[in-house]
Amino acid sequence: MTTNLLTRMSPKSPVGADGSRNLTRPLIYLGVFVVVAAFAPYVLPESRQAVAVNVLIIAMMGIGWNLMSGYGGMFSFGHAAFFGIGAYTDAYLIVHYNISPWISLFIGAAIAALVAMVIGYVAFRYKLRAAYFALATFAFAEMLRLLATNTDWLNGTAGLHVPLLTEDSWSMLQFGANAPQYFYIGLALLVVCILITMFYLRSRSGIYTVAIRDNEEAADSLGVNVMRVKLTTMGVSAAITALAGVFYTQYYIFIDPDIAFGNAQSVQAITPAVIGGIATIAGPIVGALIIGPLNELTADWGRTPPEFLDFLAGRSGLDVVVYSILLIIIVLVLPKGIVGSIRHWWRQR
Amino acid sequence: MSPTQTDTNTLASIDEVEAGTGARLMKNLRSSTPALIMLLVLVALFVAALLRSGSMAITGQALLTGIVTGGVYSLLAMGLTLIFGVLDIVNFAHGAFLTVGLFVTYQVVESTGWNPYFALPIAIAALFIIGMAVQFFLLHRTMGGGLESQLLITLGLSLLIANVLLMIFRGDPLSVNLTSDPGVNILGAVVSRSHIIAFVGALILAGVVYLVLDRTPFGRAIRAVAASSQGAGLVGINVRTVYAVTFGLGAACAGAAGMLIAPFTTITPTAGDQFNILAFVVVVMGGLGNVMGALIGGLIVGLVEQLGGVALVGQSPLLGVFLLFLLILLIRPQGLFGGKSS
Repeated sequence: MTTNLLTRMSPKSPVGADGSRNLTRPLIYLGVFVVVAAFAPYVLPESRQAVAVNVLIIAMMGIGWNLMSGYGGMFSFGHAAFFGIGAYTDAYLIVHYNISPWISLFIGAAIAALVAMVIGYVAFRYKLRAAYFALATFAFAEMLRLLATNTDWLNGTAGLHVPLLTEDSWSMLQFGANAPQYFYIGLALLVVCILITMFYLRSRSGIYTVAIRDNEEAADSLGVNVMRVKLTTMGVSAAITALAGVFYTQYYIFIDPDIAFGNAQSVQAITPAVIGGIATIAGPIVGALIIGPLNELTADWGRTPPEFLDFLAGRSGLDVVVYSILLIIIVLVLPKGIVGSIRHWWRQR
Repeated sequence: MSPTQTDTNTLASIDEVEAGTGARLMKNLRSSTPALIMLLVLVALFVAALLRSGSMAITGQALLTGIVTGGVYSLLAMGLTLIFGVLDIVNFAHGAFLTVGLFVTYQVVESTGWNPYFALPIAIAALFIIGMAVQFFLLHRTMGGGLESQLLITLGLSLLIANVLLMIFRGDPLSVNLTSDPGVNILGAVVSRSHIIAFVGALILAGVVYLVLDRTPFGRAIRAVAASSQGAGLVGINVRTVYAVTFGLGAACAGAAGMLIAPFTTITPTAGDQFNILAFVVVVMGGLGNVMGALIGGLIVGLVEQLGGVALVGQSPLLGVFLLFLLILLIRPQGLFGGKSS
């Protein structure tokens, strides 16, 4: 009964939206997406393989952020913390104990979830909301960055290198630089993240999460254990983000405090969801499909500028300038994001 | 000071508090346990620094440096808190505004050969205009909307500013040189004259901003908009102009802080990032939107940074600041000087 009440109470709920709890359609869309995406390594020239993998990583981070901040309404500005925990767990375990990344995926996700729950517990106990919550998560990620910078067993500022193997290895998740295996493993991980999100949102906890976002007092008065639901959502979100971190370390075989815990990484988690559409499953993926190639394109321009930008030859910064201008424009013009705007337009029709 | 003045004296948002005048603040300070805790933290840090270094000279030096740098944080944070109090925007581009102040100073010195301090009015004017334009053209459209759009725009803006500067000036560290910058001896500790000027200048400017808010008709309009933008609009205040000017004023504070620290800072396109973080700590500590709180919070953060740097050898001085930040968020998210708890 409670479930039904909450479902109706929340018009934005993923369940209540079309009145069905049917997963068939989203799963068909997901299947189509996977089939189309699977061709990417064949279609793309070898030099662009890295872009495709990058898109997968950004999409995973966006999905993680979106669950907590989009569906859960807990605006995180420190998702780098969870990404970094995943990245460093993998690097540390492989460098010191030669533990397979497949195991690190679980360990990293578990540690990140635990840390997220601790942060969440303290933050919600003291009723930090909106800007305060965002600033607290921001400060937490920065603290981890400073700690990693000053921690000897994490090799400080120098960072950690994943030891290079001489040949491809599935068990150690290591292949030649542009091997398509990376793309398929990343795609599989992305699908896992999407499925986790889809099923979580349809679970009791997930439905409560959206209900709490829309009206915490009402959910509380209906007997929802607000704290427990919020913590669970944060935990799942952090775990997904940590998976992206583990995979990142394996692909780039290097991690340092700035890459792992830097502010840029937190932004990288927020932007795909915002550009694609907050609180939509497809949003972060669409966002990542735009950001990934955009990063690449602008970096290209920076290295070898097109004719009209010739005067910039040899100067860095152009890539980020273009990136940030586009970011601002999209936020201003499409406040609901691309998927959100299309959906809005579709319903208005 | 009359009670009515006391009540209208702050920039805190409606459901926040209306503490703020000197008298009210002192009362708060005396009566509030968090302020006492803060004092204890500082004393403990001082003792820890003393034990760790084993030298009164080093600790005294940290104390002096802390107070002096803290003054600049106060001015910077005042701009940030002003923007939050009136517009409800967490401005992530504040550090970038400070960087612009640095580069304006550099450019003025480079092209005219003047003493850098002549760049102060230019930096203030430039940032005032930039701030107004940013609010008027970019942020105004998102007013009253979600947190994420404003956050992303100011974030995008900070990336934009840093990288436009990188394109124009390239990444090499720059500096502006003073002809002479003698050390000043204060009770055995030494700071350079440029630090003293920065400290005094920051406090004077902060005082000016405070007086503008407190005593002028325009300040009253700003406070009215902060209390209720709708109500202010109804009594004929042009809310959009007030928003723009307030943002301009906040940015100008950051620009002035940038100019004041230029003589002893390495000027790079990302120099402001670290100040961004510090300013947030100060603002949260003083209570978001509380101008007087920012002033005192700045000094405390300066002290914690310097004393913490001595007490936690081998760690970044910022670590102590972050621990403090989390501590404050947890015990008193409305800020140490935020008055009643919500």
